[in-house]
Amino acid sequence: MTTLLSVKGLKKSFGGVTATDDVDLDVIKGELHAIIGPNGAGKTTLISQLSGAVKPDAGVIMLNGANITHKPAHTRARLGITRSFQITSLVMDMSVLDNVALAVQATDGHSFKFLKPARKIGHIRDKALAMLAEVGLAERAEDPTRNLSHGEHRQMELAIALASEAELMLLDEPMAGLGPEESATMVAYLKSLKGKRTILLIEHDMDAVFALADRISVLVYGKVIATGLPDDIRSNDAVRHAYLGEE
Amino acid sequence: MIGFSRSARINIGVMAILAILPVFFWWTGQTFYLSLATRLVILAIAAVSLNLILGYGGLISFGHAAYIGIGAYAVGIPAHHALYGGMDFIASNNGFFQIALAVVAAAVFALITGAICLRTKGVYFIMITMAFAQMVYYFFVSIEEYGGDDGLVIDTRSEFPLVNLDQPIVLFLVSYVVLVLAMWLVNAIVNSRFGMVLQSAKGNNDRTVTLGYNTYLYRLTAYVISGAMCGLAGALLGNFATFISPEMMDWSRSGELMFMVILGGTATALGPVLGAAVFVVVAQFLSELTIYWHLPFGLMLIAVVLFARGGLSGILRGKGS
Ligand SMILES: Nc1ncnc2c1ncn2[C@@H]1O[C@H](COP(=O)(O)OP(=O)(O)O)[C@@H](O)[C@H]1O
Ligand SMILES: [Mg+2]
Repeated sequence: MTTLLSVKGLKKSFGGVTATDDVDLDVIKGELHAIIGPNGAGKTTLISQLSGAVKPDAGVIMLNGANITHKPAHTRARLGITRSFQITSLVMDMSVLDNVALAVQATDGHSFKFLKPARKIGHIRDKALAMLAEVGLAERAEDPTRNLSHGEHRQMELAIALASEAELMLLDEPMAGLGPEESATMVAYLKSLKGKRTILLIEHDMDAVFALADRISVLVYGKVIATGLPDDIRSNDAVRHAYLGEE
Repeated sequence: MIGFSRSARINIGVMAILAILPVFFWWTGQTFYLSLATRLVILAIAAVSLNLILGYGGLISFGHAAYIGIGAYAVGIPAHHALYGGMDFIASNNGFFQIALAVVAAAVFALITGAICLRTKGVYFIMITMAFAQMVYYFFVSIEEYGGDDGLVIDTRSEFPLVNLDQPIVLFLVSYVVLVLAMWLVNAIVNSRFGMVLQSAKGNNDRTVTLGYNTYLYRLTAYVISGAMCGLAGALLGNFATFISPEMMDWSRSGELMFMVILGGTATALGPVLGAAVFVVVAQFLSELTIYWHLPFGLMLIAVVLFARGGLSGILRGKGS
């Protein structure tokens, strides 16, 4: 068991709101680690600090033993962290394929290449198409992204996270806004990823979390109040009290 | 022209008209129209360069006329010293030297100011690009040696072997070739890997950064290429007008370049050329009729923005909404 990501003493406040309150967190290589917690607990803020989109006030973030606390977001991506967004974040004006191809392109050396048409670079296109096929979107490849449904956008987010070949995938509520059927597909899909990638999953749907997670951390008011195996979390009194809604 | 898409056929058609008509004017001795066409083509180069960052990069630069000024003074200042002495290290009528100076000076200015401007976003970016352009404006106003705000006459045009820019048709043809090359280059860039990143950053910067792209560097690079290209347009404009003054880089000039790009259709190959054509031709005829010739432009711009999202180029391709 090697630790891929290690967070110590992470703190972040926005004005008077403490969104991240002295968080310690270890993510082990290969695990699917879920983070649960009520709305406003600071889950998205935590992910944003891990991906580099938000700067922490204090604390240390280590990836594979290297301190990345002060590395910019684009560098972290190159070091192997990718994220999906709770609120769909795609380039709506570009085609579905272009969106994914851009993620593949990022793994293919630098992009200060000015003359050769990007859409004619076979290995990038092929790989992007393969990723789309994997999430079931191959037929939509040439469509403008804005024409796709919300559910398809969520699948695209996943295809992009996959295409980036990142070692660590930070997934911020990938099921948000999906119907029961689409959610089930997504769960099955995430299950098939288990063991292949290290995943830090934020999710509201408890059934999904308990079906998928190797370990769970519970975040309440910016604090990690418990970390453990799903069964331990289910029976943890503090968690039941604070989050699962039982007295 | 089987094998070309509809939009490619339109591009070729418009560019052919733009080449043939001025030659016809020259053939029939209508020098006024030839000179109008030359100005049109030169401003189109500037608009094409602006389109790279504004249309494809989403960077609303309100200071692009500064590069025209820098390019024009890069011809005027060496020519001035070649005639009146002083500043021996730049005194020259050599066209290659002047063009290189224009391109390099514009690129350096773009690099320095872009490094600062690109740290800002939205309306701040618009204001700071404008502020830097005004700085150049006042810089040249303050230099009396080069005429201050009265400007400077270029007595000798850039000299090239075999190519004599004193002949209006030659200046036109040279400008036209530069325009075609500029359009080709911008088209290649925006479809390259670099261009994909640039356009993605325009559509969704956070996403693009998350993929691992340092979008700041990509934007800065585009900004420098655009500035250098516009500097070249400025060098041609100096040769065309044979008179340069700070007025060339007034903020309203930058606004006119933005107008051309938006009217013609941002992020399209032909848009900036169409925009420049409409601007130059309509401005010419309206300004003969009335001093309020800016007003119809305002109305035209509003109409295009409201009713034809793809600009004139979108209307031509049948994509106006
Ligand atoms: N950029 C921000 N500015 C101000 N407050 C913020 C910002 N981002 C998050 N917050 C606040 O931080 C707290 C945690 O938010 P968030 O991380 O989005 O929670 P979660 O994802 O768990 O629902 C909330 O109270 C939220 O209002
Ligand atoms: Mg959230």
